[in-house]
Amino acid sequence: MITYSFLQHYWWFLISLLGGLLSFLLFVQGGQTLIKSLGKTEDERKLITNVIGKKWHYTFTTLVTFGGAFFASFPLFYSTSFGGAYWVWMLILFCFIIQAVSYEYQNKPGNFFGKNAYRGFLFANGLLGTFLLGAAIATFFTGSQFSVNKANIAEFSGQFAPVISQWQSPWKGLELLFSDLRVWFFGFTVFFLARTLAVLFLKNRIDNQAIEERLKKALLMNAVPFLVFFLTFLIWTLLAKGFAVDPATGVVSLEQFKYFNNLIQVPVLLILLLLGVVGVLYGIGFSVLKNTWRKGIWFAGIGTVLTVTTLLLVAGYNNTAYYPSTYDLQSSLTIFNSSSSYYTLKVMSIVSFLIPFVLAYIFYAWRALEKGHATIDEFKEGHSY
Amino acid sequence: MELLSTSLVDWSRGQFALTAMYHWLFVPLTLGLGVIQAIMETIYVKTGKEEWKKAAKFWMTIFGINFAIGVATGIILEFQFGTNWSNYSFFVGDIFGAPLAIEGILAFFMEATFISIMFFGWNKVSKGVHLAATWLTITGATLSALWILVANAWMQLPLGMEFNPTTVRNEMVDFWSIISSPVAINKFFHAVASGWVEASVIVLGISSWYLIKKRKEEFAKKSILVAASFGLFAVLFIIFTGHGSAQQVAAHQPMKLAVMEGLYEGREGAPLVAMGVINPKKETYNDDVDPVVMAIEFPKMLSWLSFSDVNAYVPGIRNIVEGGYTKPDGKIADSFETKKQMGQTAITALKEYKIAEAAKDTAAMAVHKTTLDANYKYFGYGYLDKPEDTIPNVPLVFYSFHIMVILGVLFLLNFALALFLGWKNKLSDYKWILWVFLWTIPLGYLAGQLGWIVAEVGRQPWTIQDILPVQAAVSSLQTSSVLITFVLFAVLFTVLLIAEISIMLKQIRKGPESN
Repeated sequence: MITYSFLQHYWWFLISLLGGLLSFLLFVQGGQTLIKSLGKTEDERKLITNVIGKKWHYTFTTLVTFGGAFFASFPLFYSTSFGGAYWVWMLILFCFIIQAVSYEYQNKPGNFFGKNAYRGFLFANGLLGTFLLGAAIATFFTGSQFSVNKANIAEFSGQFAPVISQWQSPWKGLELLFSDLRVWFFGFTVFFLARTLAVLFLKNRIDNQAIEERLKKALLMNAVPFLVFFLTFLIWTLLAKGFAVDPATGVVSLEQFKYFNNLIQVPVLLILLLLGVVGVLYGIGFSVLKNTWRKGIWFAGIGTVLTVTTLLLVAGYNNTAYYPSTYDLQSSLTIFNSSSSYYTLKVMSIVSFLIPFVLAYIFYAWRALEKGHATIDEFKEGHSY
Repeated sequence: MELLSTSLVDWSRGQFALTAMYHWLFVPLTLGLGVIQAIMETIYVKTGKEEWKKAAKFWMTIFGINFAIGVATGIILEFQFGTNWSNYSFFVGDIFGAPLAIEGILAFFMEATFISIMFFGWNKVSKGVHLAATWLTITGATLSALWILVANAWMQLPLGMEFNPTTVRNEMVDFWSIISSPVAINKFFHAVASGWVEASVIVLGISSWYLIKKRKEEFAKKSILVAASFGLFAVLFIIFTGHGSAQQVAAHQPMKLAVMEGLYEGREGAPLVAMGVINPKKETYNDDVDPVVMAIEFPKMLSWLSFSDVNAYVPGIRNIVEGGYTKPDGKIADSFETKKQMGQTAITALKEYKIAEAAKDTAAMAVHKTTLDANYKYFGYGYLDKPEDTIPNVPLVFYSFHIMVILGVLFLLNFALALFLGWKNKLSDYKWILWVFLWTIPLGYLAGQLGWIVAEVGRQPWTIQDILPVQAAVSSLQTSSVLITFVLFAVLFTVLLIAEISIMLKQIRKGPESN
């Protein structure tokens, strides 16, 4: 018999995995902030734009699916966070609207704004999109100011808004920037991670000596700040108070070293996190040491998926509130009090059996388009951005 | 608790409508072009004739330009359920979220994966694999339409769910009934076919321009052949599914049907208004002023189209408000006042259930649950104030519906004519007809917009029919926040639309060779 709790854990795992995959695929965004500094001639810039641009659909689709899956499996999170931290999510959305058109439109005649504007949009998406997504995810550990009262919906006088989830800060999400320094650290972590992964991806894909020379320097310039921000965030969070849930009563309280305790009490999480971090470090380190080695992206990429997935698991597993409220601790969201019903999770789980099939055709299509290394000549004819 | 602001509700509705309308400028074209380009590539693979490949590639370029902006507006729609309709997301998220998630997992990835092969794979994969990728791209796009329309249909006809007072939300109990809902099936075929029609209108119009200019004539004739045949099929199909949709509306949303027809006083053997003018002197639903003047009517047609019976009774707006007539299932219709009373009883029972639950008083909980269940079907009416709150904007829905139908007939004639002249190879002899085809392009866009106005404005004030009106679904935000995002979206979408049109015009002027 599959229990409700099992399904809630399973769906939190899938959400975390989508978050991990999204973090890896943000290399597209990272690459968008490097077009100008890595490419000195228009030909070089076009090459970089096309090599990363061929993958933009994947990142975008993963973000959309992350949203849809979160909605379906933990609807109270969707209504509370999106309806409350309005401005953060709206800014993220604006960053992605301008990205969606920019690849296709930048080189087309009659594009109204001119090529540089679309490249500017790509840059803005790469900078703000990554930073804000990181900042929003950081609040899974630092908390937000909201209250949840389901009885509110029974208000029908026509005078009061019968809204269940109420955000208590008038800044509607923007207050997260002043709430905890870790929000900034994780925002920059994601930004520099995206750029580091972009460098490794381009190193893997591009056959062009001038760009490869610049990649060498760019790798260090981005990997070092990434590691500083990431390790600061990680150590700080592991030492900080976390939001623990009493499994018997559902009461939420602050617990010192909660996230560290989660790693110790659930050793598989510790192993996954270590594997992930080692993968990232190996991918970066070996690429720095051995210039001819092109496979760094796969180690760092898989490492990123493992690390971010595990961080999200740490936020939600082992009786932890994954979306804590600092305004009212008892309003905090856990995988138990915010999930869909047993029936819905079961139906969705059956659908999720098709995911390996989806991954298989993505793998096939990805490989089919990446035969050999990309050169400037490749994008001079046929469809290109 | 914050005060309820009607301007917040209005701006939130406006923002959703704005996004949906922009989205539906681009998406139907991609749904139809996707099929047209796939047909052309199939002919290329079968015959090996390069000109078909060239034609397919040209329309793919147009497809790509529209796809990008369709994606950009689509992501906003998804997230807006959470950002602006927070209560809605919670109250029905257990049911509504699932199709959205499935859309992402099964449809969007298919589309996103194979579109990259379609665009970049010409020299990297075999002809057969490329063709499969082209078909899979449009299959993914069509499946995504399926899932979002399943979700939309559920808002129009909520079924397969039960209200759970402990979790204070509606919960799914029958997934199959949701995806096989007759409203969903009709809506899917009607909406997707409208995309096929719109794309066919546009391909026909653009190709006519080439013939007028005496450029790329072979390409244009080939495109007209495909677009006119596909368009003719699609428009016949849309009439069929439109009829099905009307029957579903008659069965489940009588108010929408009455508003579509401007019918205030119900009658047996009701006529169908072909066209007429909404009487501006009509001020209230029960003032006995004739609602439609200068009407051209088909006797008994509305009764027949709605219930397959020329003498069937069709209730008007006034009857639906006042109740008392016999419904097709033999039951007597409830009045607005009764529904409101039952809605308030249901909401009060929920409130008392929660109090009893906190006090762990299981006996009281059972009593309140029984009351709640007995009155739940009109839960949403409890939030409403007066009968007028249940009446959508009559002129907007009435004119949208009638103009949409007239446009459908025009498209049918256009496609038939294009096919006939194309078959006789006489297209270039009738320049004025080619001009008509060209100037029909904006009407193709208009028809799609009008259809959604009928479907969505026609069901106000409901987000979920009879269960949750807009004022109980909206997020708790400052009106100014939503006003600002509304303006930002309006400006951004408009300039992107200008860019999109300008790029398309340049590509069309360049023509197929330059791809």
